[in-house]
Amino acid sequence: MSILVNKNTRVVVQGITGKEGSFHATQCKAYGTKMVAGVTPGKAGQEVEGIPVFNTVDDAVKRTDCDTSLIFVPPPFCADAILEAADAGVKLIICITEGIPVNDMVKVKRALHGRDVRLIGPNCPGVITVDEAKIGIMPGFIHKRGVVGVVSRSGTLTYEAVHQLSTLGLGETTCVGIGGDPVNGTGFVDVLPLFEKDPETQAVVMIGEIGGDAEEKAAEYIKKHVKKPVISFIAGITAPPGRRMGHAGAIISGGKGTATEKMKALESAGVRVVKNPAEIGHAVMKALGR
Amino acid sequence: MNVHEFQAKQLFAQFGVPVPRGKEITSPEGATAWANELNTPVFVVKAQIHAGGRGKAGGVKITKDKGAIAGLAKELIGKTLITHQTGPKGRTVHRLLLEEGANIAKELYLSILVDRDTGWPTFIASTEGGMEIEEVAEKTPEKIIKEAIDPAVGFQGHNGRNVAFALGLQTMEPAVINPFVQMLGNLYRLFMEKHAALVEINPLIITKEKTLVALDGKVSFDDNGIFKHEDVQKMRDLNEEDPLEIEATANNLNYVKLDGNIGCMVNGAGLAMATMDVIKLAGSEPANFLDVGGGATKDTVAAGFRILLKDPNVKGIFINIFGGIVRCERIAHGVIEAAKEVKITVPLVVRLQGTNADEGRKLLADSGLKLEVANDLWEAAQKIVKLTGKAA
Repeated sequence: MSILVNKNTRVVVQGITGKEGSFHATQCKAYGTKMVAGVTPGKAGQEVEGIPVFNTVDDAVKRTDCDTSLIFVPPPFCADAILEAADAGVKLIICITEGIPVNDMVKVKRALHGRDVRLIGPNCPGVITVDEAKIGIMPGFIHKRGVVGVVSRSGTLTYEAVHQLSTLGLGETTCVGIGGDPVNGTGFVDVLPLFEKDPETQAVVMIGEIGGDAEEKAAEYIKKHVKKPVISFIAGITAPPGRRMGHAGAIISGGKGTATEKMKALESAGVRVVKNPAEIGHAVMKALGR
Repeated sequence: MNVHEFQAKQLFAQFGVPVPRGKEITSPEGATAWANELNTPVFVVKAQIHAGGRGKAGGVKITKDKGAIAGLAKELIGKTLITHQTGPKGRTVHRLLLEEGANIAKELYLSILVDRDTGWPTFIASTEGGMEIEEVAEKTPEKIIKEAIDPAVGFQGHNGRNVAFALGLQTMEPAVINPFVQMLGNLYRLFMEKHAALVEINPLIITKEKTLVALDGKVSFDDNGIFKHEDVQKMRDLNEEDPLEIEATANNLNYVKLDGNIGCMVNGAGLAMATMDVIKLAGSEPANFLDVGGGATKDTVAAGFRILLKDPNVKGIFINIFGGIVRCERIAHGVIEAAKEVKITVPLVVRLQGTNADEGRKLLADSGLKLEVANDLWEAAQKIVKLTGKAA
């Protein structure tokens, strides 16, 4: 078992003929993911690494039965691309693109509300279910099939945590990058119940960062609904207020969204919060009594 | 990106939000000329810097004497203002806003931003105009009025009426209710069309003549949306930005200057923040946030080195790269080449992990460069702190 994606997931890549799109489509395919279609308007009939290209997501769905989209479309056109996937009936949309205007995402989020579709991202590394499907830009080889679910707002920091889990022999079930933007599709509170229900996942690593209140919301949810051990690291305890730390969402505004507040909220919900990112793996070992 | 008050007010005027008559001034002569044209009983001279708290720092002057304007302009231009938002070094004033005074009957607070919780643009209003809104929210949360706007249909009249009546405009001054509702609609359009991150009017005043005027204004823009707006791009004032941050942006690097001694260069924003945190845990302070992005090459690393070394506080450099798609041996080559190009005068610790990390570390160890190599994040942080000494 796993969450969100598995070996049967059929993926369409939007923006497949671009540099990023073609490179990562190839990498995902090499990992064993079922990469069944690509979309670039006007390039139907071409192939990328044997993956057929279509003009529209609608065509791709009709011809290949793809159920998940992986998006590399540049920021100015990305809102359109996400909505196109939703309109074509794709059920899971994973958007890697960084730099989508917030007000574009405001409209996209509203348009997807209440529909049977899940958006992951934007500005995220994607989703991987170890040894089954890699749908994103994460390096596949650092992962090892195991017992820990990972959900994170950050990219390379997730790899850091995964590397520790793999090296210690714990391994991962599914790793979900929810992205670093202030308005995104899926939050911690959407992913946590999936891990809680997944029989293979024994513990959850949750990596947050300054800005917003997603971690505080997660703490509330965990307190009420999560029985599995949750281990958390929050990046940005040294970040000054009012400065954006790379991610559009990583900004402490009006005294809200500090790392200290988030850690406090999580600790009071029974989450094991580590202050040192180098100790994430060991904290999971301890939580699982290994 | 932030803009000046006078620029925010230009946008307000463009979108039909009433502002005092005023103009940007850069010289005492210009001030006199505009004062003659303005011809008003009360003149207000306001220093234009990207920071709040200007009034308390002496950056706002009010006078009835037209003849005094040139002198006030002379006094303010070139002056360094230190406010709670500028840091101890303060900001130099390069331009002023000279505008007409207003007869204030009542001060309100009004802003719009995206509520991250709902993902909806949301107005925030309060009867406590002229105060720091964070302080109001903390001490008297019942005085904060929120109204979320459904982005599917945009601003509706009832949104404006909800805020107007919650503020008590009916008892305060019924004549301004309709203009107020209209103003909120205009601010919503400005916010969405220009990809703003925040539009704030503090104070929004009701005048003794029963009109509404945006007496102060602040607009900041979503950096991801600026590419759509040439007029907004032109509002950027490089005087208000850190020169190292400008250089970083030109090199596609994401850099934020901080006050510590250890310069860090990292791939990825989350890992970059975590690296800063680990430096603090090890007993020192980071000199900066620097994300070199996913594709760290020789050129980006070299640019990173140059920027870090220009900061006189930097006593050591910590490079932390988790090679994913980018292979570590390529990064090692980049570091070696860049270190040859840029003379590194401070201790350097490089931590490589991920794809081909062993190969990368070997290359660095054999390069003859004076640097320390580390595998583990914590080990690396302790090394650089040991080499540079703990923070005082």
